[in-house]
Amino acid sequence: MSVVDRQEWDVVVVGAGGAGLRAAIEARERGARTAVICKSLFGKAHTVMAEGGIAAAMANANEHDNWQVHFRDTMRGGKFLNQWRMAELHAQEAPDRVWELETWGALFDRTKDGRISQRNFGGHEYPRLAHVGDRTGLELIRTLQQKIVALQQQDFEETGDYESRLKVFQECTVTRILKNGDRVCGVFAYERETGRFFVLQAPSVVVATGGIGKSFKVTSNSWEYTGDGHALALLAGAQLLNMEFVQFHPTGMVWPPSVKGILVTESVRGDGGVLRNSDGKRFMFDYVPDVFKEKYAESEEEADRWYEDPEHNRRPPELLPRDEVARAINSEVKAGRGSPHGGVFLDVSTRMPAEVIRRRLPSMYHQFKELADVDITAEAMEVGPTCHYVMGGIAVDSDTAAARGVPGLFAAGEVAGGMHGSNRLGGNSLSDLLVFGRRAGWHAAEHAQGLAGQRPPVADAQVDTAAAEALRPFSAETEREGVAGPSENPYTLHQELQQTMNDLVGIIRREGEMEQALHRLGELRVRARRAGVEGHRQFNPGWHLALDLRNMLLVSECVARAALERTESRGGHTREDHPTMDRAWRNVNLLCTLADPTGGLAVTDPGRGQIRLSRESTDPIRPDLLALFEKEELVKYLAEEELYE
Amino acid sequence: MTSYEARFKVWRGDVRGGGLEDFTVEVNDGEVVLDIVHRLQATQAPDLAVRWNCKAGKCGSCSAEINGRPRLMCMTRMSVFDRAETITVTPLRAFPVVRDLVTDVGFNYQKAREVPAFVPPAGLGPGQYRMAQEDVDRSQEFRKCIECFLCQDTCHVVRDHEENKAAFAGPRFLMRIAELDMHPLDAAAESGLDRGRTAQDDHGLGYCNITKCCTEVCPEGIHITDNALIPMKERAVDRKYDPLVWLGSKIRRRSS
Amino acid sequence: MATGTEPQQNSGGVRTGTRAAIAAPHLRTDRWWLAPAVTAAGLFAFVVYSTWRAFSNAHYYAAPYVSPFYSPCLAQNCRTMHAGPNADLFGSWWGISPAVIILIFPLGFRLTCYYYRKAYYRSFWASPPACAVAEPHKKYTGETRFPLILQNVHRYFFYAALLVAGVLSYDTVLSFRDTHYRWGHMGLGTVVFLVNITLIWAYTLSCHSCRHIVGGKLKHFSKHPVRYKAWQFVGRLNARHMQLAWASLLSVALADFYVYLVASGVFDDPRFF
Repeated sequence: MSVVDRQEWDVVVVGAGGAGLRAAIEARERGARTAVICKSLFGKAHTVMAEGGIAAAMANANEHDNWQVHFRDTMRGGKFLNQWRMAELHAQEAPDRVWELETWGALFDRTKDGRISQRNFGGHEYPRLAHVGDRTGLELIRTLQQKIVALQQQDFEETGDYESRLKVFQECTVTRILKNGDRVCGVFAYERETGRFFVLQAPSVVVATGGIGKSFKVTSNSWEYTGDGHALALLAGAQLLNMEFVQFHPTGMVWPPSVKGILVTESVRGDGGVLRNSDGKRFMFDYVPDVFKEKYAESEEEADRWYEDPEHNRRPPELLPRDEVARAINSEVKAGRGSPHGGVFLDVSTRMPAEVIRRRLPSMYHQFKELADVDITAEAMEVGPTCHYVMGGIAVDSDTAAARGVPGLFAAGEVAGGMHGSNRLGGNSLSDLLVFGRRAGWHAAEHAQGLAGQRPPVADAQVDTAAAEALRPFSAETEREGVAGPSENPYTLHQELQQTMNDLVGIIRREGEMEQALHRLGELRVRARRAGVEGHRQFNPGWHLALDLRNMLLVSECVARAALERTESRGGHTREDHPTMDRAWRNVNLLCTLADPTGGLAVTDPGRGQIRLSRESTDPIRPDLLALFEKEELVKYLAEEELYE
Repeated sequence: MTSYEARFKVWRGDVRGGGLEDFTVEVNDGEVVLDIVHRLQATQAPDLAVRWNCKAGKCGSCSAEINGRPRLMCMTRMSVFDRAETITVTPLRAFPVVRDLVTDVGFNYQKAREVPAFVPPAGLGPGQYRMAQEDVDRSQEFRKCIECFLCQDTCHVVRDHEENKAAFAGPRFLMRIAELDMHPLDAAAESGLDRGRTAQDDHGLGYCNITKCCTEVCPEGIHITDNALIPMKERAVDRKYDPLVWLGSKIRRRSS
Repeated sequence: MATGTEPQQNSGGVRTGTRAAIAAPHLRTDRWWLAPAVTAAGLFAFVVYSTWRAFSNAHYYAAPYVSPFYSPCLAQNCRTMHAGPNADLFGSWWGISPAVIILIFPLGFRLTCYYYRKAYYRSFWASPPACAVAEPHKKYTGETRFPLILQNVHRYFFYAALLVAGVLSYDTVLSFRDTHYRWGHMGLGTVVFLVNITLIWAYTLSCHSCRHIVGGKLKHFSKHPVRYKAWQFVGRLNARHMQLAWASLLSVALADFYVYLVASGVFDDPRFF
């Protein structure tokens, strides 16, 4: 086996989106030498796609807002399945995280008195989203990127080397988290550009790789979202929490086919856009669930008044949490009242003057004009649900972001589970990245410092195994395994996987279909072992995809298995055969672990799965937090015994 | 839905050499050039290297040259071409090639590091920043930049003169200096850093001959030349070539 | 890793060693040469015409109109214009056309104008001829050294252009007279002058230096509301700087040509009242 380059760092952050960069900044500022590894170029992470804003109860737009209200909204949105301590920390710390960005150079839109402007968003009681037009994610990523550069400039002044304490390894992929006994001791990675392998040895690894959307056909997610972090953590012995909860954003583009799934920001609705079916009816009024009845307008007149006078009117039902809106659109389309290309109409053109639309929704205007040749100031958009976000993720400790059961492993952002419960509110993801990115970086640095002098070494055998695994696609003829057959095209396998997940474990789920999905995933897993690639290791996308398939298959199985197990409908998990929310499931977490904990290669038998599922009860919600809610509301979610404890 | 067969020429190779390779490939309604490149990967050339990410014109990864013009592949609709036309796709030609359509854009990251960062104002803590919308408008326009580096690629200062790369930051990073110089709370001046002067002295603003190709290729429609580069040139004139301003600053310094 | 690459020190452009091996200087398939060709033709035509007129030293005054090329007229050898922009600053020693004295200023203004710079760098100097089309020059230093560093004096020409525009405005006022210098009359020439002076002002005020001076140099617009409004106004004009540059170039030539036609007797100025 060839000699693999090794480097020594204190903290390795996998992923350079909002959470990863925030973690890296924190770790570096706390004195840890920090390396960041990302699959794309520095500054291109999927965070740039976030449009709406960062939810933080700064009370700039409405003085009644505070962290308690934000906490309440978050718990309601997540249908009380949230890891409540995370929701609490998130609501408390988000304002500081936003203000801190300003000191690093961020320029948010302003209020009249010069503070950060905040906008309305689905599920938030008050205008709460700090934003920059509809490109907030870009502002966030650029600010963090520039803060990292600022730190590197400081290091350059002191040491003469920009990368002495904080280095970004861009266009590199991690394929394994390396362990020494129980402990994390580094990562195994390759450079996409050259195909060269390398090992970063570090006692702390922060996983911040984002989501899993590329396992679905219609998704707003980019190619990077192959569930790498979820899979790496699983393979390293961590548990994945509540993977059945996948958010389908209600408004993705449905036409043309090549852009199907690309997001249409929720701000379109927050700023006055309405949903109509092919009869021209604002159908959302028919879909307000009982738990939300008092909070939403019953007539179009009241809903329209709300934009001007939110104090005395209830909000329009277009601003219900995302899961509700997505299901409503799905029902309208199924009932034959959809738009020509299988969505519904989202209209701003009749609601605002053209010039206001262009000013407030510039990138949406741009996006539809350039990609669909639709002028949103003159005609309605066609939209439909698109896979957007996974609420489930690595099970972590709320305060430290440490992965449960794997010392040295931390997780933050979309890849971590718990924070959003069964459904995430818009705007809570960017604040989540900042709050828990910082916490992960902080505790990863502390963990590394606590191990000074007794760092776990990386065993050569582990490195060799990881290298062999990564090279498999080049020798796809699997005579060694005794499996005959021609090599498989990784692109074809990926398409079949996406189709399977989209059709069988999509927005509305049924028992039989999910069983079928598990069976197909098993077959795909076996075929994926024969996924072969041409050419060499230098920037070879076929090879990269072949390696990512392992992760997508693992994560897809988690989603399917957990979805099959949870026999209720809640948030981002809707069962046609169990259409209601069941209070008995309220305090149940589903945990996925690897069935073969030795971390061996994928199981060859399509009948058997790679994932083992277990249940646990959630921690009871702290009484002072429960007291923030009215009793009548809690009755709808919590079981009797939880209420009277 | 209609589909047709389009003829493509795609540059394939690496730093040791390469050339344009011919392909005939299916094109469907509403597709963009990146869709076609992906179809080539999936059906004819699985190891065709291409950099892409969001596929919605927001990340600035899939920069290339299409029929000789620097563009984002994801934002170039196939419908703008004649069906009989052969479409040529090459990597960015101002940067070293890595493989196929992927280039080494390290030049840009190096230049990013050379621009001194935002200097927070002393005495203002987090949450105490107050800025008027009209004061942040200008810098916000520049912060729309998705760093696709098309402006850096098209700028003849470095595209046609490799030797200028050391001295010239390029439109994107001169615009970054403008963004910071126009930031209402940037305290660089108080810390002794004159951004207008460094733009001219350290970052090569004088190389720019305002021929506006950067503005022409910008997929975000940022008025790089009119709103960033020319105002920076004028600010440099204030510092360096305006005797009245120079005299004024001397007098004011003496009296204060 | 894609970071930390040192630029190659060897000279050369798109065909430099490490770049994608493509022999063609460009692969554009559109008519990229059209814009620079039209620009070059337009500018060349103006240069020929204005050189002829500036040095002809004749047919530049036909009461009440004075050609904008000869205004103000600052030499002893100027024709007398009743209440016109005359001054004997240059004595009898000045032998050639008096237009040369004053044309330096509008010429300098336009020569250092940010739009015209783009226009002639592209069309005459091919630096670059068009975007992503390789330029023919081996070396390029832009406006970093003499003589092109002098482009930075643009704002002084802007100040001078303000004065010239003031004089031309005065000439336009004078054009509300008849051939006997009685006020309150108008002819076709008055209209030509009105159009010209409007375009001259619009072009002058849309200047990038003007935009900088009225407000662009400020860090806080919110503290200078009047200058902010002025900056926004100039900004709107500035967005049309190219169109105004061409329109005013054409109108000034037409105004001169109109005076030439009337002064040389080819054409009689139609009087309205």
